[in-house]
Amino acid sequence: MLLKELSEARGVSGNEEKVREIIREHIKPYVNEISVDSMGNLIALKKGDGSLPIKVMLAAHMDEIGLMITHIDEKGYLYFRPVGGIDERILPGKRVLVGDKAIPGVIGLKPIHLLKEEERTQIVPAERLAIDIGAGDKGSAEKVVNIGDYATFDVAFQELGSRRVKGKAFDDRAGCAVLAELVKEQYPFDLYAVFTVQEEVGLRGAKVAAYAIEPDVAFSIEGTVADDLPKEKDVSPTTRLGHGPAITLMDRSFVAFHPLVRLLVEAAEAEGIPYQFKQPLVGGTDSGAIHLTKKGVPSATVAVPCRYIHSPVSILSLDDFENTIRLMKAALKRLRPEHLKIE
Amino acid sequence: MVELIKALTETYGPAGNEARIRQLLKEMVKDKVDELKVDALGNLIALKKGVGGKKVMLAAHMDEIGIVVNYVDEKGFLRFSAMGGVFPHTLVGNRVEFENGVVGVIGVEKLDSPDKVPGFDKLYIDVGAENRESCPVKVGDIGVFSRPLVVQGNRLIAKAFDDRIGCAILVKLVEELKDCPHDLYIVFTVQEELGLRGAITSAYGIAPDVGIAVDVTRTGDTPEAPKMAVSLGKGPAIKVKDARMVSHPGVRQALIRAAEEEGIPYQLEVLEGGTTDAAAIQLTREGIPTGVISIPCRYIHTPSEMVDLRDVENAVRLLRRYLSSDELWV
Repeated sequence: MLLKELSEARGVSGNEEKVREIIREHIKPYVNEISVDSMGNLIALKKGDGSLPIKVMLAAHMDEIGLMITHIDEKGYLYFRPVGGIDERILPGKRVLVGDKAIPGVIGLKPIHLLKEEERTQIVPAERLAIDIGAGDKGSAEKVVNIGDYATFDVAFQELGSRRVKGKAFDDRAGCAVLAELVKEQYPFDLYAVFTVQEEVGLRGAKVAAYAIEPDVAFSIEGTVADDLPKEKDVSPTTRLGHGPAITLMDRSFVAFHPLVRLLVEAAEAEGIPYQFKQPLVGGTDSGAIHLTKKGVPSATVAVPCRYIHSPVSILSLDDFENTIRLMKAALKRLRPEHLKIE
Repeated sequence: MVELIKALTETYGPAGNEARIRQLLKEMVKDKVDELKVDALGNLIALKKGVGGKKVMLAAHMDEIGIVVNYVDEKGFLRFSAMGGVFPHTLVGNRVEFENGVVGVIGVEKLDSPDKVPGFDKLYIDVGAENRESCPVKVGDIGVFSRPLVVQGNRLIAKAFDDRIGCAILVKLVEELKDCPHDLYIVFTVQEELGLRGAITSAYGIAPDVGIAVDVTRTGDTPEAPKMAVSLGKGPAIKVKDARMVSHPGVRQALIRAAEEEGIPYQLEVLEGGTTDAAAIQLTREGIPTGVISIPCRYIHTPSEMVDLRDVENAVRLLRRYLSSDELWV
């Protein structure tokens, strides 16, 4: 299963090579051209039959959040800084893999026996935490780890309950896996499937890829926040697991192009695919960079709801995942020039 | 002029849903320009051709601040977030209006401490719905403040002077401007309140020689106001700098010269917080000499903004004079 392979692959922002190679091998038989640009974006072109002479860009980001080693102390502990949006509360006690050699380590913490009363309610900032790789001293740590090495969470992909899976980095390996399916279809337009880099540190890959491609329309495919656990108040769950792909109306980074939102809704309704709208103004995606490229690009975002994203482990529904593929196929099939214009 | 301002301020057009205000502006300018188009973000771009002069981009944003519904609860109450700089202390008891005409009242939950301003998580909108199913507003719908224009002598009070007053000035300018040597790209931009987004793509597409934004600015003339040397009624302000841009000194100087030659009162603006479309235009492509005409405005981003009509009329005169010159920067 590609989703499993991608979830377990290690690729923090700026170091997406392993993910890129898995995707490249997987999509090669289905596309006409593959290139990697100077930032590391993987750009695959699947030519259309010429009946709809437009360029459609689909973007999913390969990078995941993680840690970067910044300092090794005399005792061989590795100090680090977060890469991307990491909640410091969830770091202590987690298992990680460090560097290209995937050296196992643990983010250390003071045992509860020794905690003072006030420490029990305090969050330890990331810069005071350290990774213990079992090295006895600085010299032996330096043999296997360098400053600037990335660390990822050490989490196995696993099926859970009924039609649900857990794993790391579903944001946005879920989107990558959706996109890898979409390139198998034939379309009337030129499809640019772009697996972007460095989304988690500021939509950087998408920015240059969109500039080079100059698409007529773009969709970002994401793994997004599902906050559907019981709450004290009757307020928005952002998205709900199992309720279908989430269509973005607007988030912090962009306002979805209205005719494309209508296209997605019509496609879902015509083919009986469940869908939901993501809570407006939460998060941001590659569409934020793409839509402001050059003269502007009509853009939309569709996402697989995932619980606990930006933590070591997230959970998604395979039904939502498969329905996201169905929804995108249905929408791309119905895409017409009138969806690219507003009056 | 007042009729024009009334129509523009009272029309619905929040950031992210500018269709209705765009239609109104299109109607207002279509017979007076040579070309009219809408770009991929929704900017309305009108071209009034000159006779071999420069390419000038004049920008006023048509979007206004608003609130977006993020949830409809079981009882039919709406939870919401801010579209642009909307502040909770301006909200409780106020009315918002949606595109379909539905009006809602902003209510507040029981407060833990009444002397603290409640955050958005404590506020909700009541449109009088009895439950979720019958609620006439849905997730993603955007509301704007519901307020008619009031005229009191020279002072005008309305919602959305930011930046419908800039739109009004550009519409008036298009009507009155004769014998301008320059190609004028009059751009009514979208999503300024969400990060100057419309200006980014329209300026790229036009690639002008000069950019001028027309927008509102704060004043320092109200009780205990933060210090600022701009007052209502003392003339349009020529921007020196704001939080994100320094005006091109040559453009600023040409604007000052136009005001002085025409005997128009003006003020110089140094704004500490906030910015305008000019900040985006200036950094487009290789860089574009850009300046700003600002209309002094009290209570910006509240349901009741206040401007002085004389400042508005003088801004039209100033721009008319500036654009009639061959020399757009000195």
